[in-house]
Amino acid sequence: MNAPLLSVRDVAVEFRIPEGVFRRSRVLRAVDGVSFDLARGETLGVVGESGCGKSTLARAILGLVPLARGIMTLDGQSLDSGNGERWWRKDIQVIFQDPLASLNPRMTVGEIVAEPLETLMPELSRREMETRVISMMERVGLSSTQVNRYPHEFSGGQCQRIGIARALVSEPRVVLCDEPVSALDVSIQAQIVNLLTDLQKEMGLALLFIAHDLAVVRHISHRVMVMYLGQVAETTDADTLYRRPLHPYTRALMAAVPVPDPGRRARDVEIVRGDVPSLLAPPSGCPFRTRCPLAVARCAAEAPALRMVGKTAVACHLVDGADAGSAASA
Amino acid sequence: MSTAAETITGAPAEKGRSLWIDAGLRLKRNRAAVTAAVILAFMTVLVVVGPWFSPYEYDFTDWDRILIPPDIASGHLFGTDGIGRDIFVRTLFGGRISLVVGLVATIVSLVIGIAYGATAGYLGGRVDHIMMRIVDILYAMPFMFFVILLMVLFGRNIVLIFVAIGAINWLDMARIVRGQTLSLKRKEFVEAAEALGVRPFRIIRRHIVPNLLGVVVVYVTLTIPQVILVESFLSFLGLGVQEPMTSWGALVNEGAQEMESAPWTLVFPAVFLATTLFCFNFIGDGLRDALDPKDR
Repeated sequence: MNAPLLSVRDVAVEFRIPEGVFRRSRVLRAVDGVSFDLARGETLGVVGESGCGKSTLARAILGLVPLARGIMTLDGQSLDSGNGERWWRKDIQVIFQDPLASLNPRMTVGEIVAEPLETLMPELSRREMETRVISMMERVGLSSTQVNRYPHEFSGGQCQRIGIARALVSEPRVVLCDEPVSALDVSIQAQIVNLLTDLQKEMGLALLFIAHDLAVVRHISHRVMVMYLGQVAETTDADTLYRRPLHPYTRALMAAVPVPDPGRRARDVEIVRGDVPSLLAPPSGCPFRTRCPLAVARCAAEAPALRMVGKTAVACHLVDGADAGSAASA
Repeated sequence: MSTAAETITGAPAEKGRSLWIDAGLRLKRNRAAVTAAVILAFMTVLVVVGPWFSPYEYDFTDWDRILIPPDIASGHLFGTDGIGRDIFVRTLFGGRISLVVGLVATIVSLVIGIAYGATAGYLGGRVDHIMMRIVDILYAMPFMFFVILLMVLFGRNIVLIFVAIGAINWLDMARIVRGQTLSLKRKEFVEAAEALGVRPFRIIRRHIVPNLLGVVVVYVTLTIPQVILVESFLSFLGLGVQEPMTSWGALVNEGAQEMESAPWTLVFPAVFLATTLFCFNFIGDGLRDALDPKDR
């Protein structure tokens, strides 16, 4: 792949949880040391359980939550607003999970899609905005005659198309998709995913595709990043991840995917037990050790760093080159 | 809100049905609310134009007919009061004052309350804390004490009543609006606007306020009668409008004193007042059902 468009290095996001007036507030680290690169035209899937920091990561990239540490650059320029405006607003846009909730019910579709233009390119004439809105609506598969309709008059899939139109009308370079299809019917999911890949090819978009549906992620992503408790567990290209998952957490995720074949179901892979530990009191060492079937003493003592095993970056003490082979047979 | 849509309209665009139109249609199906609205409209017209058709002025004393019962021949449709003034024209004049007080004080509280509540709720954090504590402090102030204080400082004046009632009523409005804002600002469409970098006050204006108007409108229709009652109460205590001007509250007060010898002095203003209050309440109920069909 070519030089990264969006580069994220060792990013952490912290929230302060106030504990009353006289007690010290506790710190919740929602994202902890995440790094990745995203190239033009590439899709990076981000998977993980709820609460693992996927959405917070997206909000951090948008600049909606401050970074506790780390650097993000877009095309070599640092994403740092100082006290001024976030200059990258136009370049990084977002598509939300709940299509209807992400559209203001009191605004018409035309107004919703025009808002990015009004905000980010106020120099455009009314006529120019109008034509851009109409052409964007047609590109996402809406009819130009629907500009004066309201969101509640559309189906979920159509609402998501409106959301996509709003995200793309300012011609961004990176689009963060925060679970864009998980609220839709399966048949609609395919339409939206295909629409996204078509638009990606047309506009050369880099997509960060957050989801918990592994099948959808596999379909759309070039590379996949698995997150657990705010940290990266494993990053690799989509094929490798699905053929030979290395991190025990990834393997557990794969095992939890329902297989539509009763004969193939009898696989002896342990399903992860227990709950995700609290982010307020994360376990020492490896964040996954409390639920990991393979955990040893070293896992509690020492946090595993990401290291390359073949094409995969994985954060686990127990994976080595030989293990990669056994993982494939598991 | 419609300006952008109008200019963007390209080819023959379909007309969308906004939530307001939807609510309007639902409201039209609510017979009680429609009846109340019709009566209220009639009442308003009567109160505004009625006095022009009456042969008597509101402060004219008919020395020949003091405290007479309703009498069509002499033109005193509702009779006269203890100093020979026509009750009919006084009731209509009182209605003007009562309705104006209700509307103006409500609008005052509406404007301040929405601006204050939405700002506090949207900005949140310390700003919210300080702004709402100020509301709490004002809330703790005894209303009557406040009114008497104003009277002492500025003398008796009808404008003061607007100010006093508005100054107390916006506190409720601010709290309601703030609560709505808090829930609205977590909605994804607000986050989408934030991601775009829409400025805070534009977000409040375009995304927050239009979405909380539903609740506010209902509250307004319930505030107007409340304000009318408060004004009546002040007039009843002698702190309200000043003679010979009058309001429904003042008329009811006078009528109550003559109740046994001349019941018409009480009955007519009281019926007008009660009808108006009922109408507002029915409209409020109807609006609440129409604007939030899920709540029924």
